[in-house]
Parts: sequence; structure tokens; C-alpha cells
Amino acid sequence: MTSKLIQGYEVVIGFETHAQLATQSKIFSRAPTAFGAEPNTQACAVDLALPGTLPVMNREAVACAIKLGLALGSHIAPESIFARKNYFYPDLPKGYQISQFEIPVVQGGEVSFYLGDEKKTVRLVRAHLEEDAGKSLHEDFIGQSGIDLNRAGTPLLEIVTEPDMRGTEEAVAYAKELHKIVTWIGICDGNMQEGSFRCDANVSVRKPGQPLGTRREIKNLNSFKFMQQAIDYEIRWQIEQIEDGHAIQQATVLFDPDTGETRAMRTKEDAADYRYFPDPDLPPLRVSQQWIEDLRAQMSELPRSMAARFVAGYGLPEYDATTLTQSKAMAAYFEAAAQACGSPKLASNWVMGELSRRLNSEEIGIEQAKVGSAQLAALIGRINDGTISNNAARQVFDALWSGEATNVDAVIEAKGLKQMNDTGALEKIIDEVIAANPDNVAQFKAGKDKAFNALVGQAMKASKGKANPQQVNELLRARLAAL
Amino acid sequence: MSMTSTALHDLGVAQLAQALRERRVSAVEAAQHFLARAQAHQNLGAYVAVNADATLAQARAQDAAIAAGTAGPLAGVPIAHKDIFVTRGFPSTAGSKMLAGYQSPFDATVVTRLADAGAVTLGKLNCDEFAMGSANENSAVAPVGFEAPAPVRNPWDTDRIPGGSSGGSAVAVAARLAPAVTGTDTGGSIRQPASFCGITGIKPTYGRASRYGMIAFASSLDQAGPMARSAEDCALLLSAMCGPDPDRDSTSLDMPAEDFGRTLNDSLDGLRIGIPAEFFGEGLAPGVRAAVDAALKEYEKLGAKLVPISLPRTELSIPVYYIIAPAEASSNLSRFDGVKFGHRAKDYADLVDMYKKTRSQGFGDEVKRRIMIGTYVLSHGYYDAYYLQAQKIRRMIADDFQAAFRQCDLIAGPVAPTVAWKLGEHGSDPLADYLADIFTLPASLAGLPGMSVPAGFGEGGMPVGLQLIGNYFGEGRLLNAAHRLQQATDFHLRQPGGL
Amino acid sequence: MALTSQDIARIANLARLELSENESERMLAQLNGFFGIVEKMRAVDTAGLTPLAHPVAAIQDVPLRLRDDVASEPDQREANQKSAPAVERGLFLVPKVIE
Repeated sequence: MTSKLIQGYEVVIGFETHAQLATQSKIFSRAPTAFGAEPNTQACAVDLALPGTLPVMNREAVACAIKLGLALGSHIAPESIFARKNYFYPDLPKGYQISQFEIPVVQGGEVSFYLGDEKKTVRLVRAHLEEDAGKSLHEDFIGQSGIDLNRAGTPLLEIVTEPDMRGTEEAVAYAKELHKIVTWIGICDGNMQEGSFRCDANVSVRKPGQPLGTRREIKNLNSFKFMQQAIDYEIRWQIEQIEDGHAIQQATVLFDPDTGETRAMRTKEDAADYRYFPDPDLPPLRVSQQWIEDLRAQMSELPRSMAARFVAGYGLPEYDATTLTQSKAMAAYFEAAAQACGSPKLASNWVMGELSRRLNSEEIGIEQAKVGSAQLAALIGRINDGTISNNAARQVFDALWSGEATNVDAVIEAKGLKQMNDTGALEKIIDEVIAANPDNVAQFKAGKDKAFNALVGQAMKASKGKANPQQVNELLRARLAAL
Repeated sequence: MSMTSTALHDLGVAQLAQALRERRVSAVEAAQHFLARAQAHQNLGAYVAVNADATLAQARAQDAAIAAGTAGPLAGVPIAHKDIFVTRGFPSTAGSKMLAGYQSPFDATVVTRLADAGAVTLGKLNCDEFAMGSANENSAVAPVGFEAPAPVRNPWDTDRIPGGSSGGSAVAVAARLAPAVTGTDTGGSIRQPASFCGITGIKPTYGRASRYGMIAFASSLDQAGPMARSAEDCALLLSAMCGPDPDRDSTSLDMPAEDFGRTLNDSLDGLRIGIPAEFFGEGLAPGVRAAVDAALKEYEKLGAKLVPISLPRTELSIPVYYIIAPAEASSNLSRFDGVKFGHRAKDYADLVDMYKKTRSQGFGDEVKRRIMIGTYVLSHGYYDAYYLQAQKIRRMIADDFQAAFRQCDLIAGPVAPTVAWKLGEHGSDPLADYLADIFTLPASLAGLPGMSVPAGFGEGGMPVGLQLIGNYFGEGRLLNAAHRLQQATDFHLRQPGGL
Repeated sequence: MALTSQDIARIANLARLELSENESERMLAQLNGFFGIVEKMRAVDTAGLTPLAHPVAAIQDVPLRLRDDVASEPDQREANQKSAPAVERGLFLVPKVIE
């Protein structure tokens, strides 16, 4: 495993991610889970822990957990137990959180992704079901906090990794891949600003070969940008501390986006004693093999297997396959275009290149792409049959994207972008170029390949860009070889 | 022919229901009658909340239903609920300052089921705080007619405790301030006060009655049950109370509702009654032993056969229960934090201080003690040795019962080692109370149905109950056995003087 | 195994209870008395036994019931907050939560 050292230290990172499940109702009550409602209008008696209330389990939340387990190759426990995690906090109405402790529903599994050219695999310890807490609002109240329990009881999957990551980049790439998976399989809406996907990063450093260092936990990272900043800062901070002779104290820290720093939370001495015990209000959860198979049959192709299929079936490099399967929509777009034009590599280049560039700069999703997969396929078809050059194709794409026109051939016609395919005319141009550039020709003969490119450039210029570069290449080589 | 109201409180539930159905008495009259009795005997401390307007409104609705022919089986029958059940029309306090004046926005499922059957709520009944206690001396709320917490008095001897935690419930029935009531039983809290007050009470199989709306003490032990003056009356109420509640209580079983009175009159010929050796040891008061023995002889006369059995881990049930129940309670009571409902301290420095002051002011000593025990046995490093160990021994106790039930159909014995003791006698020694629970705890831990049936009188002329324990789902057989005893004896018809 | 007054202080803190010195002393004595009874229980050999959580699981399977994912609870904020100690604009007010 390649480990980039920082100031001689190896970085060890593990993640705990809380993914809010996209169910209609809460995990243990029938209150709605929609985001943004007026305070405490979606907190029913059970969510408020009113005396006499009891939890009743949401089947769909369990289904989400099973789907994640299937997507990550995990073991799905035939029987798992809900446990109470006891602590006092105003956003925790019962004074305990119903979670899973000793026996979680999903065990093991892994997440693979590419960091540059290198394939990384992060192992999962477990994923378990639990309920979300409410929210504390501080701004409007002097010396007080306002508690909104709408979020209390929203189903969460807590996804825990082994400390397999060795750097910020890898950690963020993991988070992005996990985010992709949970949204792909439809169990989470992935809206990080709304708190649907929150990561806690456990970070420690050590000299290579030494045992694991003391870790600090950066809580509630809800953007990839903050994740990267926070982890980078934490690593530097820890190394600085150690270099200054201070031992790292285990702590929970928060990232402050304004200062770019991590800061330890007020330590609560007994915070660690959660007095876990199986919740007597909830018998053990059973997941049958049948249920797992039913869900497996319902699940569409997962990103990793689709990527593998793209590699095997379309001959695409791993990198392309991974990038194209970043979302179901993008993969579908690519496949439609690839199958229509018969040139998967070109389709891939265009989707990853021109298309993605524009989507990113306009901050829109591929669903809002202004050039459809059919249009792209038609465009690629015209490149393939030599009608237009790559350069010209970009101009056509521009026109389509800006809405000037919708038909590829119409744009080619209108802008006069047809390549010159007339070999005779082209040969004439090439002869003229050779004649006009004796120095380049001599240099090429002397072995300088760069001189060839200059000649090609001249030929293209002379043809006003309409020549088919490949043809120019071939003809020029042939001519020069005959000299 | 009209009913003379003086006889109303001498009627059993079945008879009263019939009189109401036949319109010989109206629901309003019945309600008024019992409200008046409750008022006349406030000194007993049974009721903690009444609301005549709400009660009479319910009664009027029942009279209308009876007239329209849409009445349920308990139409117009006045009952009262232990203040552990949340009710919309009346405050719900669980006997605690923590919930003084608390208005629940929903009714307990058991309350709803009884209301659907036509029962009319007279009010809420006193109990030990959060159902923790064996004497009802731990109530922190003022009974109706008092300004501050006051003793709940056994109607047979008002210087004695009624038992607990369903003390108010037992008093109300024994003093005929309600024909039937609801109670809850976690470690014996229906059976023991029923025994001490000379009435009949039954705790069904765990999971038979919904716990939704029962303010939680120990989740894996709490059960709702009726208390009345006869097995027949208990059967009527239990049939209405029990049934699956899949939408609200995950521990409620899928057992369909049953008519538990169907087999009341079955013959007891050949019934094997197991007599556990461990229930008849040295600590048993002679008067209690005599009454229990006499009742067992009655059973032999009825055709039953007494079979000696052993429940070897009876004594262990005390530490096992007093580990498990406080552990679960310590967690269940964490929601009382002054944030969403209930008491909040007036002055505090910060959040943690607010929690501590709120909870220290809101909870009484026994509750605090059990929270401390529970917190300790769940805390880091102690879980395996205490809680986990206790839950394993619990299985052994349940298995012991299963072994016993291979040799017998019912188990019988005393409910408590003594009769009701004097108010204040156990003082500040909680251990004495805990040890006295020895006979009721085992069935609680195993989740088995258990009853207390009046069996005579012991020391000081105080009532003695016979405990009957059935196998899972054996409520019908228990009630049958109790009913046959009540046909052969009249202890359940005796009444304390002066009432 | 006897508890100490440090244990009492630690547990009281965990349980968010405030005990006066008197109360702490009494609690210590009572708890130690109680744990005296409990010691016998610890010596029992329970090897191989699974804990009994739901009592009826002693004789039959009691699995967790799962309900349909339907959001059927209406907004009942007013009724639910009727007994709240401090509410403003629908929010429960508490002393400031410092992180």
C-alpha cells in the first residue's frame, strides 16, 4: 500500500458516515421525514418521548440497510439487535438513542475506487441502523438554545470503516464513492447541505512501523471541500503537536469553516459510558434469505459491476469506466450514446470531456444537459465517417449546447464545417506545402519529427481547417517517403 | 323495577353491566354514585384525580349508546385507572412530582380498549412513584382532598399499607369506590396489593396487553391487568384489555383477543396444582400459611390434585429482578429531563445543572435509588457481571417453570410472606420491601400470568391472597380456578367494616 | 464488591442526579446493602445460556414486527407541547448548549 508520508509521518484515517435513509416516515414512528418543516411539526408523541410511547420499526429502513449490504458485498446478519445508547442531551428526547451495538444488521463489506490510476479498497467494519437526533438552534436566543425535534427519529445508517485510508485525498475519494453508492441505490438523497450524508473522520498519525497513534474524531463534515480542509488541518496540527513534544489526547473535534481549523469540543468526562444494553422494547430484527434475494433481484446494476461491464464490454480503461459510473444518469447517457454511435471510447471521451466540463461550469446535473445522448451519438457518427474533424465537432457541440440548433447535420451545413475529403485537392495542397517548406522537409528527413507536425499544420491552414487531419497525415507521410 | 343506589357498589361488574344494559340504572347514576363514594372516603387516599364533568360526559355517551343498541359489553360500567396509564381527560402523574399536572395528548391503548367496550372513567388512582414500591408509601402526589402526599390506607385497617405499587387501585376496589380498576404489575404490583386488600387481581402473560401509554418502569416486566372483587369481573375486564397492538407496541404479542370468561365454570377435576417447596419456607407468617393451606384444601375438594414441585431459583429472583428492573428503569426515566414536558427546576446555572436539579427535585428517594442501581449495573465494566448475568439466570428461572409445568397445570402458593404491615413500619429500609417480593417476582421474570385470589384472613384479621401462576397464555385456566374457589368460598365477598 | 463514595458521585453524575452529602452517604450504605444480596447471583454458573430479553421468547419465537413506511402522524404540535416547561416559536427552550 502506497502511503504518502507527511513530514515523515504516516496518516491513518477511518470514517464513520451517517446516511439519512430516504424513507417517508421515521425509523420508529410514523411522523414524516421531509426536510424543512416548521419546528416540531414533524415530531409526534413517540419522537418527543412522551410518557408511555414505544418504538415500532419501519420495514423500509431495514430494506435500505439490506440494499447497502448487497451493494458493498457485506454479510447481512440474519438476526441483529437494537441497543440503547444512553446519554443526556437536549436533542435526544428519550435520553438514549436507539442504535445497534454488539450485533449490527450489516457486517463487513468494502468500497473500492480509483485514486488517480491506483485502485483503493476501504474495508467496512459494519453498517447499522439507528435514529437521528433533533437539532439545536442557537442564533435567535440569548443564553438559550431552541430545540427542534423534527429530525429526531429520522432513520440513519451508520457506516463504519476500518482505519484503511492513508491520506486526505484517499479519504475524500472514499467519501465521494460511498456518496455515489448510497444515492445510486436510492437509499439516501445525498443532500449534504440538508444533512443527509454526514461524515466523521477519525484521524491519527504515526511514524511508519509504529503502532497506531491516538486518534481525534472530526465530527459532522457535510461537504467534501470541508472534509479535505479539515483533515489536512488536523494532520498538520497533530504532527505539530507531536513535534513540539505534546501527546495527542483523544478528543472529538469540530471543523470551523470560517477559520479552517479543527477545535476540540468541550470534553464530557463520562461521555464514553453509554451503558449500552439491548432495547427491551424491540425484539431481535430478523432478515430472511428470501427477503435478501427479493431485494437483490430488484436492485439495478451496481456502479462497480457496471464499470466492470464497461471495461469488458466496451473495452474502456478502468478510469473511464469509473468516471462514467459516477451516477446512474451519467452511465445511462454514456451507454445510450455509445450504443447509438458504435464508438464507446469516443463517447466516453466526449462525456468525460466536453460534456462534463460544461455541466460542472454551469453547475447542472447530466439530467439537464443541453445536448442529449442521441445528438452526441450523431455528432460522433459524423466524426467517424470523416464528415467533420474533431475541431469542427467542438464547434457543432457549442452550437447544439447553446440552443442555436438541434440537428447535427444542419449545423455542419450551416457553418460549412464539412471536411475536405477530396484526395486530389488535398494532394495538391500537400505538394504545395512541401514545396513551400524545404527546411521543414529537410529537418524531417534528418529525423526531427517535430518538423512533420509543422508541415501538417501548414497543410491544415492551407485547407482552411477543412482537411481531414488523418488523411493529411497519411498523404503527407506517403509523399515525404517518396522524396 | 329501579335499582336502589345503595346496592350499586355491592354489585359485581357483570351484574352492574347487565343492570345498565337493561336500563334499570343509568350510566350517569352509576357514575355519580361512585364519584360520591370516592368523595366520601377521600381519607383512604385512593384517588389522585377526578373530573366529574369528563366522567359524566362519558356516562351520557354510554347511556345514548345503550339506548341506541350500540353499547359495548362494559357499557356504562364505571372504572378507574392506575395513574400509570396516560389519559387525555385527566392528568397523568405516575405518582410523581416529575409529572405533576401532565396532560397526555393520547390515551393508553388499554384505556382506549376499555372505553371502546363502554367503560366510563371515574378518575386516576394513586400508586407508588413510577410503580416502584410495595406499599404505596412512595407516592409523591396529593390524593384528592389533600394538599400534599398522604398515606394510602388499607380499608381493612387504615393504619396499614394497602400494598403496592397499585395501592390506590386495590383500595378503590376493596372500599367499593369503583367496581373494577386497572393496575399494573412489574414485580407483583397487582397481585400483592390485591392480596393485602382482599380483592382479586390478575397479571396476564407478558405481551398480552399493550404497554402503549403505560408510563414505563421496567419494559420487559411491566404488564397491565384488572383488579376487581371476583374472577368473573376480572375476566370481563381482561378480555377487553388484552389483544395485539402491532401498530404501537413491538412487544405486544400477536395473540388474538380472547373471552377469558368462556371457561370460568369448567370442572377442576384432575387439575394438577403444583406446590413449590420454596414458597413454603420459614419466612412465611403462620396466619398466611394457614389461609393458603385452607384454600389448597378447597381445591382438593374441587377435584384438584396437589403436586409437590420445586422452583429452585426462587430466592435468586430477588437479585435478578432488582438488577433488571432498575436497569431498564434507569434508562426509561432518562426522558424526564425538564426539556419537553414535566417538571423543570426554577433556578439553575447551566444545562447540566438544569438536568440535575430537575431530576433531583422531581424524583423521590426510591426512584433515585433504583436509577442509581440501574445506572451502576449497566455502566462500563459491570454490564456482564450484573445485567447480562441476571438476564441469563432469568432464562433459568423461566426454564424452571417450564420443567414444573410438565408436572402440573397451575402453580399455587402465597402472594407475600406476610399480611399488610403497618404504615411506616418498613421505614427507610428498602431491602425489607425487596425481600418481601420473593413469591411474586419469579412469575414476573418468566412473563407468566399470575393471579391473587382472596383465600382468607391472617394476622390481625388482615386479608390473605392465594397466588395462582399459569403457563403462558393460561389466563383462562387461572380465572377458571379462581372462579371455582370463589364459588366454594366467600372470602371475596367479605367487606371491610365502616364502608 | 463494595461501592465507594467516588462511585456514588460518578453514577449520580451519569444519571444526572444531584445528591446532598447526607443523601450520598445514605445512598452509599443502601446500595452496598443491596449489592450484598446481589453477590450470590454472580456466582451462578450461566455458561452457554443466552439472556432472556422478551419473557415469552422462553417458549416461542418473538421476532421484531415491521411496519409499512407510511407517514401518517399529523402535526399535533400544540397538543404535544401543552405540558412543555418552556416553548418559543415552536421550539423547546433550554439553557444554551455549548459544544
